[in-house]
Amino acid sequence: MIVQLIDYLRNRWQTVISCGYGLIALILVWSLTVDTSHAHTWAEMKVPGFWGLFGLGSCVAIILIAKWFGGSGIMTREDYYDK
Amino acid sequence: MTSSFFHPALIMIIGALLLPLVRGPFKKPYLFLIPALTFLDVVFLSYNPGTYGVVQFLDWQLTFGRVDSLSMVFAFIMALMAIIGSIYGMHVEDEWQHMAAWFYVAGSLGVIYSGDYLVLFLFWEMMAFASTFLIWFNKDEGSLAAGYRYILVHTFGGVVLLLGFVLRYQATGDLSFVQMDVSNPELYTWLIMIGLMLNAAVPPLHSWLPDAYSKATVAGSVFMCAFTTKTAVYTLARSCAGFDVLIVLGVVMTIYGIIYALMENDVRRLLGWEIVSQVGYMVTGVGIGTALAINGTAAHAFAHILYKGLLFMAAGAVLHATGKSKFTELGGLYKKMPATLIFLLIGSISVSAFPFLSGFVSKSMIITAAFESHILWAGFLLTVVSAGTFLVAGLRLPWLLFFGENRCSDETWERACDPPWNMQLAMTIAGFLCVLVGSYTPFLYNMLPNAEVVYHPYSGYHMSETLQILALTALGFFWLRKYIGARETISLDLDWFYRKGGQWFLWTSTNPLQWFDTAFSKAYRVVGLSSLMTTSRFWSWFDWNVIDGIVDGTARCVRAIGSRVGLVLQRGQIQQTIYYTLSFAAVLLISYVWF
Repeated sequence: MIVQLIDYLRNRWQTVISCGYGLIALILVWSLTVDTSHAHTWAEMKVPGFWGLFGLGSCVAIILIAKWFGGSGIMTREDYYDK
Repeated sequence: MTSSFFHPALIMIIGALLLPLVRGPFKKPYLFLIPALTFLDVVFLSYNPGTYGVVQFLDWQLTFGRVDSLSMVFAFIMALMAIIGSIYGMHVEDEWQHMAAWFYVAGSLGVIYSGDYLVLFLFWEMMAFASTFLIWFNKDEGSLAAGYRYILVHTFGGVVLLLGFVLRYQATGDLSFVQMDVSNPELYTWLIMIGLMLNAAVPPLHSWLPDAYSKATVAGSVFMCAFTTKTAVYTLARSCAGFDVLIVLGVVMTIYGIIYALMENDVRRLLGWEIVSQVGYMVTGVGIGTALAINGTAAHAFAHILYKGLLFMAAGAVLHATGKSKFTELGGLYKKMPATLIFLLIGSISVSAFPFLSGFVSKSMIITAAFESHILWAGFLLTVVSAGTFLVAGLRLPWLLFFGENRCSDETWERACDPPWNMQLAMTIAGFLCVLVGSYTPFLYNMLPNAEVVYHPYSGYHMSETLQILALTALGFFWLRKYIGARETISLDLDWFYRKGGQWFLWTSTNPLQWFDTAFSKAYRVVGLSSLMTTSRFWSWFDWNVIDGIVDGTARCVRAIGSRVGLVLQRGQIQQTIYYTLSFAAVLLISYVWF
């Protein structure tokens, strides 16, 4: 059953992607209506979709840092310690 | 009261010792019964808080059973995990593995209930030694070496801890395991903290964790992912709450772990790095030290043991079926292992802090505590890492294992299938508990140590914050996923120093030292022996010509003088001889009397 569901979704990949974007838009729109008076910092209250931007920024930063860090010689061949 | 106390660790130890005697159809029920009894004992104790098991040993008073609000919640989850882990490993025939695991659990429970450093140290070392066997019982290449590295690192940590509490005893005369004065830290405060920190895998003392957990047996790693680090978190919360340096170390730890997890190619090493990252939240919570932060630490440890156990069980199921643990040799497995996929996803979205799952109600408590204590940088960085956690465990892990490109060999693909019933049952229990903890908050919140603190995770603002972060992280992953695909690499870490250091030592021993030894023998043969021969020839000549010459010459001289004297004195006339003799005797007598 699960396998069929996943295959079904994979066959309609573009639709799934569109739904994903729609969901993100929905979450961002909803965030504008939420009461931010209990937020801890100024930016959270004033910047619309602050945590969305924060999440995207974090994700991109972590991926790029890992890519740079790994590429700087930290990622190495698997038999490094054997030879 | 004391008479009703039976230490839960003792049940595990006795159970482990009797295990080899249990055979045939009784074995599986027995494997469930002993952890279940232990769990019931822990629950019974949690309704009867107090101090039990106080023993006088030489000059010291040992406390085996300190049952209070902090030890209760940790003991509860450890005993629960012992049941889940034992069910998961029920198919394992090798009883030594079960014994090692149960001694390991007993060590953890012993530490949690201990009231002084001597008892703590006893069980601390029991944990280290028992868990080493969970690595050694794995027959894979590299497990033996990984086990040795693990035990050496932990022995080092144990010695530092021992040094710390002995110095503390010398300074204060106190062995009790209580909150230390962290505002005026002494040398022993640091040493104790470092000893405890090593088991919590706080950088720079963390490299043992991914190294060991990826080499343990399938069932062993499920136990290991739960007990060592979270027991250490308990000891830190007990003794070092409010130690500022732990905030910095904890935040560094979360970031460090997540970056390495993102570069990792081995499933269980990835999960190991994830533990480093998640335990970082708890260490930060201990460093903040407020009532909410300590509650958050306990709650996160509780939630973490369940979802991380679930993730290790799912990864173990893949390894059990296919024999492979590298992303570069797996992929697209949803067709063959759909049940495992569901369990893994429950664990993944729990660790990613999806609403209504366990991570959501525990992790946010620590982040809120950071914001409420006005440590904004820590609060924001921990939120960055929660995005990273979703990226690694919620997206990258299922993508590389179950969706994405199929990198399996034909043989791997053929072997892949869902695991036996007992493994699935254990995963079902853990999965159910992840949902229960997240959806019905009183279950966990009523157990937390500081009951007066009120915390509500399900506010509109928190929901919106979490959903925004999750949604946009998913978008970032979708755009940049080609940068974090599966690659056949390992990542160098601080264990480089002792792994390369060890190799360097071996190389120096075999090469320069060996060369020096050979050269010395040769030089000895050439220079030493011949010079020795020359010297001995000289002494032989000296002996022959000089010593013998002197001795013989003296003898010849004495004989010559004797014959001359004999010619004069011994003429054969008796009167003359008597005369000389008496005169000589008289001279002797007179000179004796005179002087």
